[in-house]
Amino acid sequence: MADRGGAIEVEAVGMTLRFGAFTALDDVSIRIRAGAFHALLGENGAGKSCLVKCMLGFYRATDGQIAINGRETPIDSPRDAAAHGLGMVYQHFTLVPSLTGAENIVISRADAPQIIDWRKERTALTRFMETMPFHIPLDVPVSTLAAGQKQKLEILKQLYLGRRFLVLDEPTSVLTPDEADETLGHVRALTESGALTVLMISHKFNEVFAFADEATVLRRGKRMGGGPIGSLNRDMLAAMMIGDQKIANLDARRLASEAPDVLDITGLRAPDESGLKTIAVDALRVKAGEILGVAGVSGNGQKEFLEILAGQRRHDCGAIHVHGAPYCATRAEMRKLKVRIIQEEPLRNACAPRMSVAENLAFRTFDIDESGRTRVLLDGKAIRCGAQRLIEQFGVKTASLDTPIAALSGGNVQRAVLARELTGEVDLLVVANPCFGLDFAAIADIRARIMKARNAGAAVLLVSEDLDELLELSDRIVVMSEGAIVYETNASCADPHEIGRHMAGHY
Amino acid sequence: MIQVANEAAAAPAARRDGRALRAGIAQRAEGLAIPLAALLVGLLLFSAFIRALGKSPTQLFELMWRGGFGTWFSIQNTLSRAAPLLLAGLCVALPARLGLVIIGGEGAIVIGGVAAAAAWPAFAGAPPALVVVAMAIASMIAGGAWIGAVGALRHFRAVNETIASLLMSYIAIALMNHLVEGPLRDPTSLNKPSTLPLPDIDRIGAIPGLDLHWGLVVGIVACILAWLLIEKTRWGFAARIAGGNMRAAQIQGLPVGALIVGFCALAGALAGLGGMIEVAAVQGAANASLAAGYGYTGILVAFLARQNPLAIVPVAILLGGVGASGGLIQRRMDLPDATVLVLQGMIFIVILLSDTFYGRFRLFNPERWRRNG
Repeated sequence: MADRGGAIEVEAVGMTLRFGAFTALDDVSIRIRAGAFHALLGENGAGKSCLVKCMLGFYRATDGQIAINGRETPIDSPRDAAAHGLGMVYQHFTLVPSLTGAENIVISRADAPQIIDWRKERTALTRFMETMPFHIPLDVPVSTLAAGQKQKLEILKQLYLGRRFLVLDEPTSVLTPDEADETLGHVRALTESGALTVLMISHKFNEVFAFADEATVLRRGKRMGGGPIGSLNRDMLAAMMIGDQKIANLDARRLASEAPDVLDITGLRAPDESGLKTIAVDALRVKAGEILGVAGVSGNGQKEFLEILAGQRRHDCGAIHVHGAPYCATRAEMRKLKVRIIQEEPLRNACAPRMSVAENLAFRTFDIDESGRTRVLLDGKAIRCGAQRLIEQFGVKTASLDTPIAALSGGNVQRAVLARELTGEVDLLVVANPCFGLDFAAIADIRARIMKARNAGAAVLLVSEDLDELLELSDRIVVMSEGAIVYETNASCADPHEIGRHMAGHY
Repeated sequence: MIQVANEAAAAPAARRDGRALRAGIAQRAEGLAIPLAALLVGLLLFSAFIRALGKSPTQLFELMWRGGFGTWFSIQNTLSRAAPLLLAGLCVALPARLGLVIIGGEGAIVIGGVAAAAAWPAFAGAPPALVVVAMAIASMIAGGAWIGAVGALRHFRAVNETIASLLMSYIAIALMNHLVEGPLRDPTSLNKPSTLPLPDIDRIGAIPGLDLHWGLVVGIVACILAWLLIEKTRWGFAARIAGGNMRAAQIQGLPVGALIVGFCALAGALAGLGGMIEVAAVQGAANASLAAGYGYTGILVAFLARQNPLAIVPVAILLGGVGASGGLIQRRMDLPDATVLVLQGMIFIVILLSDTFYGRFRLFNPERWRRNG
């Protein structure tokens, strides 16, 4: 083992991990030198998290070794990993919201005593904090901290626990651009000072090029390449990540002339999930042939807002009009006003996982015949034919029409949902985080479909946590913070940092 | 050239069809094999229990066969016990398709039976067919309101439907006792308080040529209709969506509340009808015998049938046979009456456990046949 207090070198040699017939990792070797800021890139399902979980003892590799500072070291459990100074910061926070930062840090210690002498702990903590390059208030409940501060507290916690090799799993996915830059800047400083070695899982190229000094790319469980950042460029990384897949192109934005408002929301009020805050949307309009992007850090009321539009949540007051008609999210209104809603996480929100692909594709049309009249008896043949047509048109890959939809990959479930919701005339399309957790090809495909719907004259309300996605697709962007719309800008002249400041509530 | 291309395209399509067919067969085989295996494991556990009591399991199973299915007499006994189980099973299976676990069918049976007996005096003297129909309607309204209320509590106030339905069935039994011993009591019923006995003419008779009442036919027809409702109608499809994923049903704008209350009410109405049949075909009056546990055995029936209304028919007959053999086992083997309940309980636990095994066996998953590892 290395001296206590310095960054350590971690190397994985020939890591192979099989689950039954499926090979998640195939002979992957990666070396992260002491004090490096190493980026691990790859699409979803490429094996990134499998690799780090093997390195941290959560999974036991089928084959392969871990070496720390050049010495082979078996890591059989997360406890082993912790003993050797290996730790991880997860994508989502693992802090207890009601406790203060200091309490969170102390209770996370494996050797926390039965009775905690807080005075002693606090002196130790203060001494520790003096050695750190950044500070956060430790005496207030974690729930009152901003996302960026929480992320920094997670990192502080790991350092306090004596970790000298840290895996960061998409650390900036819940941060605004400014918060992300600041946090990663501090991490970078820690690695440069020789206190820490970092392996960061990411899919944001700008982050990787701005902060990392080495990169490794995985695809389908294999190492595709990598090296010092200076020897790489974006195109090389993208090619390694996606291979020779075809990527759909976004249609050119067709300029809309003066179009009528399709969606008109005024004075909307509803309690949020906790019941403590209020969703307050005073005025929101979306025109035909326009994509209105709604930006915001998750947990600022976007979810509740969407649930109201989708009929999953009631609102206290306010009016929602579609084409000037009041809209309460009933099936009849959705059909008449041509409203389609695509919530995030399609398997959780838009599909019945154990029903077949054909049945799931029929959710919108099973109760009407070709001429739109309601029917009592189902037409099994029509359901299957319709499903077959949609599967072919949208390239949904499935073993058969009778396969339960839960057996499909994430991208194919999302394609199936889009196939169902984007067929026929659409006047208002509400979409939430449509690309969350999908691979490049599926993302490009789905964005192209949304742009097509816009160009065909649909009003699109796009709620996304991915600012790059909003900037790429939207005509107008509004920012939702604490349940209210706090900022509006034209997408073509939008400043991401200005948007980020409003997302974080600093304006 | 064109032909070659066509063949190339046709081959994968044919292979895909073959795969789909194989997957379909495997899925059905799984749906049959797992409950059967669970039944077998339950019987083995029960054998161990009987062995521990110092009795012979083989003798017990033989008696069970003789008491349930061995003679024409025992078969008729089995079938008449199966009749209320069919309706009690539907009371669990229909809400289950919406993802609701209703275990208070007993209450709906009791309340339906009491409602039928209470309605009779108002129609006494009318043509018998009309009287029977009126009693049936009264029982269905009462049972429907009973379980429908559970559905309404679930949807509008988020009250757990399992607990609510169970507690409602205690209320139903208490209400029956109150009515049967008080306002509705036939003064001549001394040892066993009952409502006024129905005259023979207003009772549901036997199927001609059999010592078996029409309740069995009503139950089987109800199972078939329930299957058609779920599999072939828009309401059934909507219910399956809501049961598969409530949020998805809401996004599709489906009337989730109406579906929940409606399916619960229908389920309660069927159980209530079962209670009316017990009154009009078996007991001749409403009394404490209505709470004979059919509602609870119905839970087992529905779970063994995997909530499939058609599968309820054979399962109800099987469990009707187990119940019918109880007396014989008691007499011949000197075992307590509750022995049969132990068997039911063991099977139930194993059936619930078996639910976690679906999709785990390579045998039923053709996609994994050829690969190794």
